[in-house]
Amino acid sequence: MSAAIKTLLAASALVMATATLVHAASEDDYKAAYAAAEAANKQAGSLRNQWTTTASTLAAAKKAGDAGDYEAAVAQAREAEALAKASIFQATSEKERWKDMEVR
Amino acid sequence: MTWRFAIRAAITTLALGVLALAPAAHAADSIDPAADKAAFQKFFASKFPKLKLEDFVNGPYSMNEDLHKQWEEKEQFPPYEFSLEAGKEMFATPFKNGKTYADCFPNKGIGIRQNYPYFDEKEGKVVTLELALNRCREANGEAPFSYVKDDMAALTAYMAFTSRGKPMDIKIPNDPRALEAYQKGKEYFYTRRGQLNFSCATCHIQSPGERIRAEVLAPALGILNAMPIYRSEWSGMGTTSRRFTTCNSQIRGVPLNPQDDEYRNLEYYLSYVSNGLPISGPGARP
Repeated sequence: MSAAIKTLLAASALVMATATLVHAASEDDYKAAYAAAEAANKQAGSLRNQWTTTASTLAAAKKAGDAGDYEAAVAQAREAEALAKASIFQATSEKERWKDMEVR
Repeated sequence: MTWRFAIRAAITTLALGVLALAPAAHAADSIDPAADKAAFQKFFASKFPKLKLEDFVNGPYSMNEDLHKQWEEKEQFPPYEFSLEAGKEMFATPFKNGKTYADCFPNKGIGIRQNYPYFDEKEGKVVTLELALNRCREANGEAPFSYVKDDMAALTAYMAFTSRGKPMDIKIPNDPRALEAYQKGKEYFYTRRGQLNFSCATCHIQSPGERIRAEVLAPALGILNAMPIYRSEWSGMGTTSRRFTTCNSQIRGVPLNPQDDEYRNLEYYLSYVSNGLPISGPGARP
């Protein structure tokens, strides 16, 4: 193996290791993602329109976080935040849209 | 120039057309319960022209001949009978202070189911039969019952039984708060919620008689006249509160607490639009 190839392989390994370090979720990432999801779900609650799937996804995030699997915990928390935001959108758009369905 | 004129004329016509349609688009903003009830009942009468209005209170059993036969057979040994007997006994048993449920209600609680829910002008809110029963208990030093099944279902089963055949008779007093409660109940009924994006109307207006998995959906008209019900799916009795909360969770929405204002208003709306249809509770459902 030539010196150039060895250097290239070593550099690639270094880049991959750095990339892994950059993308590995930390406990702080999990806590931030969970707090954002919880806040969105609380807003859905104030609109009286929480979804059961948001609650179960938040619970899954917490379970993964408690087990130290921050990668999974962040993914679940972000999913929960997306669900909560969808329920907020639904509640807001239905403020007027319900009238379209009325029997007249 | 001719083209420009034509385009301008078309835009003006369109704008005028939109303005002309605007009052119709806002029809839901004016609160007219009597017109709502007429339109609601007409909708179901047109959708199921072979059914008499009073038949709608049998829910899915009114939707086709086979189901109707099942219902007739079921009524020979109705599954709600044990609950009805228990309710009759509970109703007559005095509280620790010697008073009974009869002391809390007009006509001693007999034959009055068709008047619930009502709008309480003192409180400024809708009062359902379940709520009135628990208030009666608490006023007499007893702990309230769970709103969803067992004791509450038994008591309301007995009270409904004493009203069987009487037409639903919900009053909306000339009070802006009562009209607002009615309107909010209507809004709740038609509002999509839950991850499945269903409203009550999605199943019970758009799809009665259709199957959702193995179940035949009940029509919204008369749906509360049969409450409480024995449901085979529940393997037991359930109240109106149970029906509302389970509907919410089935569409992946977090249910509210039984007897929250939204559910009280929903019951007010749904009962009012079924005025004139007979009380058939307690009922049995698949």
